[in-house]
Amino acid sequence: MRERAIIEPHSQPALPRYVRLQFDELRQCWALLAPERVMWPDEISVDILKRCDGRATTDAIVSDLANDYAAPEDEIRQDVTTFLQEWADKRLVVCMDKAEI
Amino acid sequence: MPAPGPPLGMLAELTHRCPLQCPYCSNPVDLLKSDAELDTDSWLEVFTQAADLGILQVHLSGGEPALRQDLEALVACLAERGVYTNLITAAVTLSEQRIADLAAAGLDHVQISFQGTNPETTELISHYKGAHEKKLRAARWVRDAGLPLTVNAPIHRCNFDQVEQFVDLALELDADRLEIANVQYYGWAYLNRTALLPGPEEVARQAVFVEDARERLTGILNIDFVTPDYYAEYPKPCMGGWGNDAMAIMPDGTVLPCHAAQTITSLNFDRATDRPLAEIWNNSDAFERFRGTEWMQEPCRSCPRKDLDFGGCRCQALALTGDAAATDPACIKSPNHDALRRMATRASETGSGELIYRRIGSQGEPVA
Ligand code: SF4
Ligand code: SF4
Repeated sequence: MRERAIIEPHSQPALPRYVRLQFDELRQCWALLAPERVMWPDEISVDILKRCDGRATTDAIVSDLANDYAAPEDEIRQDVTTFLQEWADKRLVVCMDKAEI
Repeated sequence: MPAPGPPLGMLAELTHRCPLQCPYCSNPVDLLKSDAELDTDSWLEVFTQAADLGILQVHLSGGEPALRQDLEALVACLAERGVYTNLITAAVTLSEQRIADLAAAGLDHVQISFQGTNPETTELISHYKGAHEKKLRAARWVRDAGLPLTVNAPIHRCNFDQVEQFVDLALELDADRLEIANVQYYGWAYLNRTALLPGPEEVARQAVFVEDARERLTGILNIDFVTPDYYAEYPKPCMGGWGNDAMAIMPDGTVLPCHAAQTITSLNFDRATDRPLAEIWNNSDAFERFRGTEWMQEPCRSCPRKDLDFGGCRCQALALTGDAAATDPACIKSPNHDALRRMATRASETGSGELIYRRIGSQGEPVA
């Protein structure tokens, strides 16, 4: 049976095939499409989600974001991990190290 | 009134034909025959206009949408425009090849209804021999094709004691979502209410179990729980509000604010083949009539919840009070609420086991 994905520093988060992040030209914002739901993630969420390519680890995503936002890594690590865990718990993010699609 | 925003979702009832005969089917009691259905080109045109209008998700439903031989072409057209496609199917006619073809065409998600968790219940409700095994097989093919799966479980008195087994079934089939959806008593289900409606205690027990299962299965299985309106305190926001962010299209191209809206016979409905979809959405009589909150009467008019539930279901208000603009009697503030509760309790206690199966052209006749 499938297990709950726990986001750890070495996890490689990804959007599963049934979740799509796309820019909506008409509304001029990012839309996230998933079974039975449409969401409008804010700018920071989009920046995190775009980096969830199944290759980058949580650690790598954190340092990349720290770089882009000119913020200390330690400050954002907790926020990013919490965010990813919440999304994993809704099955909107999966972990490639768990060999899931 | 200000112009409405663009719609997000569309429920496309491609056909009313279905090999199953569920006695709670949400299709209208007057089912459309196949010769009334739009042809492929007309659907392609409707979907192109839908994408232009801003629709991001299309639920391909029916009847049984897989009976449309052009389903792959319709999916491909939507996928091309970046529209998320969800196939809502009874799955008994799906072959492994068909599922692979649909996946290749760009289908995003599949929802399969299970009438029960064992062959006997599934057959009793769907009135179709071998339905259960066929559904199980199709569900596995869906996962093999890499498509995500939702198990949809319509719940009523004949299967409310199977909620636990539905969770096991969803896990066994590697589904991502499970919908424990208590039947809503309109149309066919209303005809069958004495055979289908569970009692309030039974619904309360389900709710406790589902709450616990959700907790236990966080990150493993998403469980949606829909209670029957009759035992709720407040109504559901039908379609997220009338003409607010979604629309439904019937097999013949009639565009509706909700799939049951045709029961409100005082409204004029347009067809997508006669008028551009944008115009129907923005300024047709049917969409304007109950859009927003201006049309409301008391107690909705001065209620702080009016932007949350939009006064509930218009079809239910009409069916139970005779006035489509009344407060949905499912609401505790409705003067008709007590009468509804009494009717529901009586129906759930009557317990007639006779089911009226849905059929084209022979409504109302019980089938033994
Ligand atoms: S509810 Fe049953 S009969 Fe109605 S469309 Fe769905 S599978 Fe067919
Ligand atoms: S009174 Fe109307 S708006 Fe208020 S909760 Fe009831 S149905 Fe909703």
